[in-house]
Amino acid sequence: MNLTSELNQIKNEVEKVAKDYGLNFFDTIFEIVDYDRMNEIASYGGFPTRYPHWKFGMEYEQLSKGYSYGLQKIYEMVINNNPCYAYLLESNELVDQKLVMAHVFGHSDFFKCNSWFDKTNRKAIDTMANHGSRIRSYIKKYGYDAVEDFLNYCLSIDNLIDPYTPFIKRRDEKKYKDDEPEKPVNKIESKDYMDSFINPMDFVEKQIKKNEEDKLKEKRFPEQKEKDVLLFILEYAPLEKWQQNILSMIREESYYFAPQAQTKIMNEGWASYWHSTIMTVNCLIDSEIIDYADHHSSTLGVYPGRINPYKLGLELFRDIEDRWNKGKFGKDYEECDDIRDLKNWDKNLGLGRQKIFEVRKIHNDITFIDTFLTKEFVSTQKMFTFKLDNYLNNYVIQDRDFKKIKETLLFNLTNLGQPFIYVIDGNYKNRGELYLKHRFEGIPLQKNYARDTLKNICKLWARPINLETVEENKDILISFDGNNFKESFIGLRK
Amino acid sequence: MVLKIEEDHNRFKNIVKGKIRKELKEYITHGEIFGKQGNDIVSIPIPQIELPHFKYDDKQMTGVGQGDGDIGTPIGRSADKQGSSGAGDSPGQHILEVEVSLYDLANMLGEELQLPKVQPKGKKNITELKDRYTSVRNVGPESLRNFKRTFQQALKRQVASGSYNKKNPLVIPERRDKRYKSWKTINKPETSAVIIYMMDVSGSMTDEQKNIVRIESFWIDTWLRSQYKEIESRYIIHDSEAKEVDRDSFYHTRESGGTKISSAYQVCLDIILKNYPFEEWNIYPFHFSDGDNWSKDDDATCIKLIKNNILKVCNMFCYGQVQGIYGAGNFKRVLDDNFNIEDNVITSEIVNKEAIYNSIKDFLGKGK
Repeated sequence: MNLTSELNQIKNEVEKVAKDYGLNFFDTIFEIVDYDRMNEIASYGGFPTRYPHWKFGMEYEQLSKGYSYGLQKIYEMVINNNPCYAYLLESNELVDQKLVMAHVFGHSDFFKCNSWFDKTNRKAIDTMANHGSRIRSYIKKYGYDAVEDFLNYCLSIDNLIDPYTPFIKRRDEKKYKDDEPEKPVNKIESKDYMDSFINPMDFVEKQIKKNEEDKLKEKRFPEQKEKDVLLFILEYAPLEKWQQNILSMIREESYYFAPQAQTKIMNEGWASYWHSTIMTVNCLIDSEIIDYADHHSSTLGVYPGRINPYKLGLELFRDIEDRWNKGKFGKDYEECDDIRDLKNWDKNLGLGRQKIFEVRKIHNDITFIDTFLTKEFVSTQKMFTFKLDNYLNNYVIQDRDFKKIKETLLFNLTNLGQPFIYVIDGNYKNRGELYLKHRFEGIPLQKNYARDTLKNICKLWARPINLETVEENKDILISFDGNNFKESFIGLRK
Repeated sequence: MVLKIEEDHNRFKNIVKGKIRKELKEYITHGEIFGKQGNDIVSIPIPQIELPHFKYDDKQMTGVGQGDGDIGTPIGRSADKQGSSGAGDSPGQHILEVEVSLYDLANMLGEELQLPKVQPKGKKNITELKDRYTSVRNVGPESLRNFKRTFQQALKRQVASGSYNKKNPLVIPERRDKRYKSWKTINKPETSAVIIYMMDVSGSMTDEQKNIVRIESFWIDTWLRSQYKEIESRYIIHDSEAKEVDRDSFYHTRESGGTKISSAYQVCLDIILKNYPFEEWNIYPFHFSDGDNWSKDDDATCIKLIKNNILKVCNMFCYGQVQGIYGAGNFKRVLDDNFNIEDNVITSEIVNKEAIYNSIKDFLGKGK
């Protein structure tokens, strides 16, 4: 349903205020939906025309149950698209709709202006619908079960992408080179009679060996380890045309959604910053204050065992604004050790607003936290790290140390919180087996999941799959040959 | 409007059902299910139905949180908080609770155990028609006039036509405002059944054994309920004396006396004769005991009661012997010596929880 005239008026009002603040967003189209439709759209990740798959049905089951038990309610959804689409819940109060619209304009500005979204498809709604109809046509042609099974395999590895790929050229396109002349041994220049001293035998041998290794490297496949496992499988697995097509669609969608995961804290923080600014400074009328405060505080509530991205993002943007307004940055400030001076530091620079606009343009969550999370912020926000206490079977507060908290936060954001998996060899043992490696960063893989995932990859690759990973301080290799698992010990870790 | 998600939602529900069916044996032998029983649905926890991914081991992850508390303060249990680590709101790994109707569950049980449909005792399988005054019509006799509805209609009409005067709120019904009570004809099934549960609560029956009885009777109930449109349950406990109790006391009473099984059979017979004329009812007595009867004499009394009275009125008579800490008694053998399956007496030995599965099959596999 389109906006009613009353809501349309509110929209125009909020939009004007947002523009006056300098927000720069796509045209934003609002649609009003009831809770059931909202749950449906949310289950499809915002795209009601997506391909059919039971995982969306599962999402729906959870959302609608959560709604009917009164545990959760989705107030709005925004789609990164040009024009930007936003869905409002029909049963929201007017003041909620106003808040939500202000929030939506924040998101829309972020989608348009944040650099990490530069390469995303701005016609995603059309693209997703095309994917949907193509997969439906495959279902007609090849049967529901075949397509569903294949989708299950693909979706099982949809996180094995390289989120930086859109910005970096990792490898050249394949070039077919002619035989090269044998590379001469790399000797240090010397007179004949000195040669055996300057280039002793073992040195020469080393150089010969190096040459051989280089040559071997060129034969290796892939030449360098490949982080985009999806791409590697897409290019080299023995798939039918329609299967390739599906896999490429899944990969495309993964890349489309990646920046949203990369900027969750910033994006929600930015939108919350603007809804609170627009509402409290401009748009609220007296009678709405209680409802606004209620809604706002429930969105920004914190729970001990979780970081609320709305809260963290909003507070951090406000902190940055305050610091740049008062000039609390730079050499002088950092080297000052008088606690009174620090507290009352105010150079009246007034650069805050300008700074946060700059931040929202160039940063993602990792650089955002890395650059702006300060010791003072962590302690005023009462942040801590927590860990499972195996004995109590309880999560307990582990530490309130700034460095530890920041490290943990950054670790959990790195690679979208997913383990690093690379393709090392696509022709392992010269038998066409796939060799994957988990780059160990201190946390092992969840094993039952890893095994099930290997099974699914094996269906795609059609040859045995090997995964090098770490367990209890040992390097191990888990192999799956299509029927059985085998684990072998590679070596102890130092 | 038909939602597109319906298709995917149904597909998901089918997958869930398939999963439950596959694991049904697990669910049968473990008691989680009936703890979460609603009216017609049960909630079943099924772990890990999501798509597998390479992911970090949740249990070893460190997370960041916000709030008060010293180091070491617990902030949540692990079962309900799995995967909550990670900045942002990555959805945790939930244990999914899915709701399945008892009817579906019974069907799965039937398929899994290959249970035959119950053949109700040789009676006409017709349903009786009955009238209930539950609806409203525009015409009818004045004696059935529904005053409230009539008044509402009149008020509605007057407000709509503008003839309603707030200062003089006089509402006058016209002919067309009048509403009358009316009946609907409903089918009342004639074949009805009663399950009479008897349990030995003497000192030798422990909580563990009662739990087995409880799980087993849940599944028996579920199955028979799917086979009859109406079903009643009665509960009898006994040690050396027997009495009828409600469902709750049935599972929770513990006596210390000895065991005289015939007392229970007598009470059971009394209940049947008093309330359930056997021409109209399908009657299922189930007796659970550890089989340690008081005396040989009482064994004989039991046999006599079953042979001469109970079997005459019942569809079948089921005895489940639950093995106790002192081992199992003798009573099952006594029954087996005197009756066989053709007599409609079914005995089953339930050694432990795992044996429930086969025991259910023993009892219900006959289709009586």
